[in-house]
Amino acid sequence: MKKYVLKRVGMSLLTLLIIVFVLFVLVRIMPGNPFPSERMSAEQIANKRAELGLDKPVLVQFWDYMTKLLQGNFGKGTSLYNGAPIKTVLKTAVSNSFRIGGLAILIGTAVGLLLGITAALNRGKFLDGFCTVFSIIGVCVPSYVFLIFLQYYFSYKIPVFPYFFDINRFAFSSILPSVSLSLFTMSTVARFTRNEMVEVMDSDYVRLAESKGIYGSRLVRRHVLRNALIPIVTVLAPLIVDLLTGALVVEKIYGINGIGKLMVDAIAGEGVDYNYVLALGILYSALYIGIMLVVDLLYGVLDPRIRVSARGD
Amino acid sequence: MEMLNEKAILEIRDLDITFRTNAGSIHAIRGVNLDLQKGETVAIVGESGSGKSVTMKAATGLLDSNGVVNRGQVLYRCREADGSEEVVDLLQMSKKELRRRINGRHIAMVFQDPMTSLDPTMQIGPQIMEGMLLRTKLSKAEARARAVELLELVGITDAEKRMKSYPHQLSGGMRQRVVIAIALSGDPDILICDEPTTALDVTIQAKILELIKDIQSRMGLSVIYITHDLGVVAKVADYVNVMYAGRIVEVGNVNEIFYEPQHPYTWGLLSAMPDLDTEDDRLYSIPGSPPNLLHEPPGDAFAPRNAFALKIDEKADPPLFKISDTHYAATWLLHPDAPKIELPPELKARLERARKEAERYL
Repeated sequence: MKKYVLKRVGMSLLTLLIIVFVLFVLVRIMPGNPFPSERMSAEQIANKRAELGLDKPVLVQFWDYMTKLLQGNFGKGTSLYNGAPIKTVLKTAVSNSFRIGGLAILIGTAVGLLLGITAALNRGKFLDGFCTVFSIIGVCVPSYVFLIFLQYYFSYKIPVFPYFFDINRFAFSSILPSVSLSLFTMSTVARFTRNEMVEVMDSDYVRLAESKGIYGSRLVRRHVLRNALIPIVTVLAPLIVDLLTGALVVEKIYGINGIGKLMVDAIAGEGVDYNYVLALGILYSALYIGIMLVVDLLYGVLDPRIRVSARGD
Repeated sequence: MEMLNEKAILEIRDLDITFRTNAGSIHAIRGVNLDLQKGETVAIVGESGSGKSVTMKAATGLLDSNGVVNRGQVLYRCREADGSEEVVDLLQMSKKELRRRINGRHIAMVFQDPMTSLDPTMQIGPQIMEGMLLRTKLSKAEARARAVELLELVGITDAEKRMKSYPHQLSGGMRQRVVIAIALSGDPDILICDEPTTALDVTIQAKILELIKDIQSRMGLSVIYITHDLGVVAKVADYVNVMYAGRIVEVGNVNEIFYEPQHPYTWGLLSAMPDLDTEDDRLYSIPGSPPNLLHEPPGDAFAPRNAFALKIDEKADPPLFKISDTHYAATWLLHPDAPKIELPPELKARLERARKEAERYL
């Protein structure tokens, strides 16, 4: 097991390194650069390039970048925020996005599980149908449409929640965006939980448990959920990454200074900000790889078939 | 509630079950009667889909949710630990009541496929102990000791160590032994074995059958075997119920069924059994396939596949004709007015051989 973990961590780091390199080269060869040519003369641009080290060979630039990165230094923006250190800007954005995304994950998973379990336990009855319809709507309606709907009813018609994100009333003003972001996760988790549970409830081992007299909540908890939840972890992982890395449109509509908004600014601002694009790309990838790693390890904890090797004595 | 027979422990009376499916209603069980006496072994034999498993699942409250019991009774003589005795109709009990009072404690089941019938996320020790801890006042240590004992009883070596194994670490035969240990953990009166050896290879099959037989005599269990394997039936059963399309078409003790079968379907089943001495180079199989019970045919459901079918078979379902006190068969051939029909010669020769062989062992 220890060996397996080390191997997985090593592979993850290697993957990340490759991603950073590809990103690094890609931003430089793709169209667009950090300098708005209509406002800068050729000379100014050349000076700026030299200042940023962009005139050096790509591999040298990469080496410089990596040495700084390994010290935890993302560098400065090439055009955005007048060259403020990326770390500081990123910190605020990450904290905003993570808190709103985290709340969305909590709501989505908890309510989704609850809906899925309710549907599975009432298979074929009204509640099951209701949950199915709900999940289809939840998967189909984009979160920002739902956000606008919520804003209309709960900020305008009944003024309970603020119209826009307010960093000073953090918890209160993150409710609307979190709820609208959670809808997709909620529906996906609900649908998946329901289907997995129904399958497990039809399995031979649940029949055997019943035939030895297990029933009710013990049967559901110990035999049905325990087995149904294992595959749910897999669908949950990418959903978590999606939510943590911010939602472009929702952040824009609700005026949240999050990662999503930062990404849009980095690409579609005054010019393409190489360092921001890179920093955000690394963040996305690291999160994704990290969560996948956690899921793989969690699988081992949840599923003895992976943890304990076959016939192992 | 009264039982017909005072020695009986389980009596199924006129059980009738329909399944609701998207395609329509399937009349899967059509008036089944079955008797089980204490200490006896009864087999239910039939092709896939004849309703063998459904009958026993209904009797233990494990029927799939789309199954509807139209009528019938499953009477069980429930003996409690304090010696009190009561005849209960299992079909009248709620699921919860069944699980609490009956499943595991009185009626336990062994399923067909040991590869899928154990919970993959639970060690086998806790799986055996689970029922005990729920039902009895045994402490965890006592339940554990009892579980180890049971594992030894079903012939698992290194029982103490195996308690911590997960199902995937055991072979098919071992898993089936664990399933049997689980079934025995509640000290049941009746053990229902639903094709317990179908998924196992032949050498293991024989061992598992021996094990069940051995435990049966030691613990005084009554056993119901659900199987399509007449070889298994011949080895273990006292009484045999031959089931076809949701009806029991012939019932008798094992000698009557094997040496004096009366129903053409039983003839077919016996002829289809592989046999070393048969001179034919082809193995007989019953022509056609079981009827689709979505569209219940009028008359005898077996008639279209029956070479000996009479005209009346197309119009009316035959009643059970009595041949002896223990032997009944539902075929119009037994009607006094029916033409006398000789057994197919190959089968006749075969039954003769079987009888002689049996005599040699007596």
